[in-house]
Amino acid sequence: MAQLDPKIPSGPLAEKWRKHKMDIKLVNPANKRKYEIIVVGAGLAGSSAAATLGELGYKVKNFVFHDSPRRAHSIAAQGGINAAKNYQNDGDSVHRLFYDTIKGGDYRAREANIHRLAEVSVNIIDQCVAQGVPFAREYGGLLANRSFGGAQVSRTFYARGQTGQQLLLGAYSALSRMVGSGAVELNTHSEMLDLVVVDGHAKGIIVRDLTTGVITAHSADAVILATGGYGNVFNLSTYARGSNTTAIWRAYKKGACFANPSYAQIHPTCIPVSGDYQSKLTLMSESLRNDGRIWVPKNKEDCGKPPASIPEADRDYYLERMYPAFGNLCPRDIASRAAKRVCDEGRGVGETGLGVYLDFADAIKRLGEAGVRERYGNLFDIYHEITNENAYKVPMRIFPAVHYTMGGLWVDYNLMSNLPGLFVLGEANFSDHGANRLGASALMQGLADGYFVIPYTVGDYLAGQKPNSRPSVNSHEFVKAIADVESSVARFLSNKGKEPVSYYHKRLGKILWQHCGMARNKAGLEQGIKEIAQLREEFWANVKVPGSADTLNQSLEQAGRVADFLELGELMCRDALSREESCGCHFREEYQHPDGECKRDDENFSHVAAWEYQGEGKTPIRNVEKLNYEFTKMSVRNYK
Amino acid sequence: MSSEKNSKSISVTLRVWRQAGPNKPGQFVEYPAHNLSPNMSFLEMLDVVNDELTVKGQEPIAFAHDCREGICGTCSLVINGEPHGPHEGVASCQTYIRSFADGEVVTIEPFRAAPFPVIKDLVTDRSAFDKIQQAGGFITARAGSAPDANATSISKVDADLAMDAAQCIGCGACVAACKNASAMLFVAAKVSHLGILPQGQAERDKRVLAMVNTMDDLGFGGCTNQYECSAACPKLISHDFISRLNGDYIAASFRSMFKQAPAQTDGGAG
Ligand SMILES: Cc1cc2nc3c(=O)[nH]c(=O)nc-3n(C[C@H](O)[C@H](O)[C@H](O)COP(=O)(O)OP(=O)(O)OC[C@H]3O[C@@H](n4cnc5c(N)ncnc54)[C@H](O)[C@@H]3O)c2cc1C
Ligand code: FES
Repeated sequence: MAQLDPKIPSGPLAEKWRKHKMDIKLVNPANKRKYEIIVVGAGLAGSSAAATLGELGYKVKNFVFHDSPRRAHSIAAQGGINAAKNYQNDGDSVHRLFYDTIKGGDYRAREANIHRLAEVSVNIIDQCVAQGVPFAREYGGLLANRSFGGAQVSRTFYARGQTGQQLLLGAYSALSRMVGSGAVELNTHSEMLDLVVVDGHAKGIIVRDLTTGVITAHSADAVILATGGYGNVFNLSTYARGSNTTAIWRAYKKGACFANPSYAQIHPTCIPVSGDYQSKLTLMSESLRNDGRIWVPKNKEDCGKPPASIPEADRDYYLERMYPAFGNLCPRDIASRAAKRVCDEGRGVGETGLGVYLDFADAIKRLGEAGVRERYGNLFDIYHEITNENAYKVPMRIFPAVHYTMGGLWVDYNLMSNLPGLFVLGEANFSDHGANRLGASALMQGLADGYFVIPYTVGDYLAGQKPNSRPSVNSHEFVKAIADVESSVARFLSNKGKEPVSYYHKRLGKILWQHCGMARNKAGLEQGIKEIAQLREEFWANVKVPGSADTLNQSLEQAGRVADFLELGELMCRDALSREESCGCHFREEYQHPDGECKRDDENFSHVAAWEYQGEGKTPIRNVEKLNYEFTKMSVRNYK
Repeated sequence: MSSEKNSKSISVTLRVWRQAGPNKPGQFVEYPAHNLSPNMSFLEMLDVVNDELTVKGQEPIAFAHDCREGICGTCSLVINGEPHGPHEGVASCQTYIRSFADGEVVTIEPFRAAPFPVIKDLVTDRSAFDKIQQAGGFITARAGSAPDANATSISKVDADLAMDAAQCIGCGACVAACKNASAMLFVAAKVSHLGILPQGQAERDKRVLAMVNTMDDLGFGGCTNQYECSAACPKLISHDFISRLNGDYIAASFRSMFKQAPAQTDGGAG
């Protein structure tokens, strides 16, 4: 069994991080350049980490599968980033952000981590402004804020509808400065395909150059994975097509525990699916819920009618009706399930019946079309581009889609996994969002991890490692890992199958959406596990990967990623099956209150499930980290 | 015509640039694409064609893409001679089949420019843009050293103008559209974004000189004011920023002739 010591510092909640920073070991400045750190990923988490560690004097090697760090999926975040600045004087505070986050996560995350996140949130905004991130401003010149799903204060900072882009470009510019100065070595088009573990410590990675096919080994004193989320396991999602699980999945197979894999967030406001060819679902930022009102017809018979012809009295603004206190701003999991419920009742709209209206008519009356355009113009443009509809005139149609994965590799308070020397940042770890993430909190977490946490905590580990003691890439662990990667590449290319990779990816997505999506139950999950195992067999028997290993080969890239998804999907079902309660995004139909809300079982499930790989074909071990709530009272989440 | 309401599907013939690798000869190859829904995106059409090629045992067409919503800057197709296709203000991934006519021949090429060598088929190497950024596209701000974010107020007008420039997605369409393969719009966008803000003043001269000189060294051509760049830009970034860049560059060159770079720059406002 893996040892899961969360290493939470003792003392009062608000003192823990300060005290911990005093207590942890430091690496002296002259020694820093003797340590090499590998950072895989350059999204918000990876680029902020690589830049900051380079600035501190460590030798950093950064790897991304993209052609540039600026392409990371973080670029697509639209709505904003939270911080407890209380610039609006509306009652926000570190404690309130902490409380909202822990409650939003349905009491399935660690108090100490979240409190630290809320504390450093204020430094993030300072840092980003200093780098030149052009956040929205008020006419007086001060920073503007808006409110976001699950919060009753305005604490979200934003840059039009392109907040992720601007934050990433800020971090990318810091990283570029370090690359230019020689402190960071940047390797683009470089996909990590294995983690190398030497004497129980993570000491390197195996990388394939996607343009030449050359496979190389890299050793280091510590390895940081900041490789993003795995929502593309569902095939259709709001993620960029390239986002995948490979880095963390291969680390899992080398001994790192995978925590809460089934916690996948389904976002309520996305453009509905239109056809079988569809490759992605586009998010309509949740900030739209500030001014848009969500409704469906009260009567099924009205669903096919033009929305304007349906009188007010026949519309059901169901979120406002069910959750009067939060209304359209209730958390994502709740809004998504409510949409599913009204569509299941046959009151969904659009061609497929899988859609609800997001209506701006009232906002246009209040703010004028120009006012709405000022706030959301680019989102309305995107909507028009995709659907050919003008949302200033007819309500948008939206439906929930997979958007974020709260699960990820298990890490302790230092963001180190159970494998010493392996750190995991950003969406790739499991740490701060419990069973549901609040809007605008992922960007906050990624930058908190990279700019403000890892620069301290990596030192604590490295101080215990002799300088210049990293293993040679000629040692047998590296040699074997290279041979394994080479043989898996060869296996794909020599497979005499008939179907393209996408055929299996689509089918996997459908199985997961049906059995491990917005509503789950025992029989369905058991069925899902069976179907995925079967699909995996078919995949290996019949997948066709054309082309060769020594040039750019996108089919080969895709095949490796989907092979990993086919294993991860099963683990997600297993995790959802073993969690016999409902919490946050994880809704087990067997465990609900009479009004259809989640029924948590704090006595038996107030814990993190961290899965430990046991080898091919063997059932993994479910380790448990108990969550101790010392400072907050676990209550039933109530947004009514 | 057709009795099905919303699904008047169309067929087109694709003329696609195929090139096995860098420095290999390339050629156009024709592929039929049938039964396309008007609501399909252009890249989804390529996915479908690629799956058909795979099943037939042929190599799929390599093309770059990721976010598929116009923000990552990865997609980079020249469609019927126009970078990012027929529509203004969108990227290739935001181009939909409804923009094409039944029976049309659609030509697809990579972004062509000497500093963007072809890697394979429609995929090019645009790392030159990263190199320009590394030369100076930043404001030095060590993590942990920043003052309170509201300590310096910035007028909404300046913040908005900086944001107009900062929207650049780094796709390179401006270079592909320019007969001189100039990267001026790209560099102008970055230089303006940082140069408009008070935080960006301390390094302003150094930044513009370093970025422009690196751009020249990498083989991008000069600007002859044709403004094909801003017309092709998926974010419609204005060529007014190029005038601003020229002004900044001249001022910085002038100042650098008379002034030795100080040993240490002030922290500036940021
Ligand atoms: C459409 C959309 C909108 C969003 N809007 C918001 C928002 O408004 N506010 C908010 O807080 N959050 C938002 N999110 C969530 C947020 O954007 C992400 O959770 C966050 O950006 C993830 O950052 P990251 O650094 O962890 O990973 P990513 O940005 O995904 O970066 C992953 C990096 O890892 C690299 N990588 C991955 N695997 C490998 C490998 N095997 N080898 C080498 N490199 C690898 C990639 O090249 C990339 O550089 C949104 C998400 C989506 C999908
Ligand atoms: S794929 Fe990201 S901009 Fe087109």
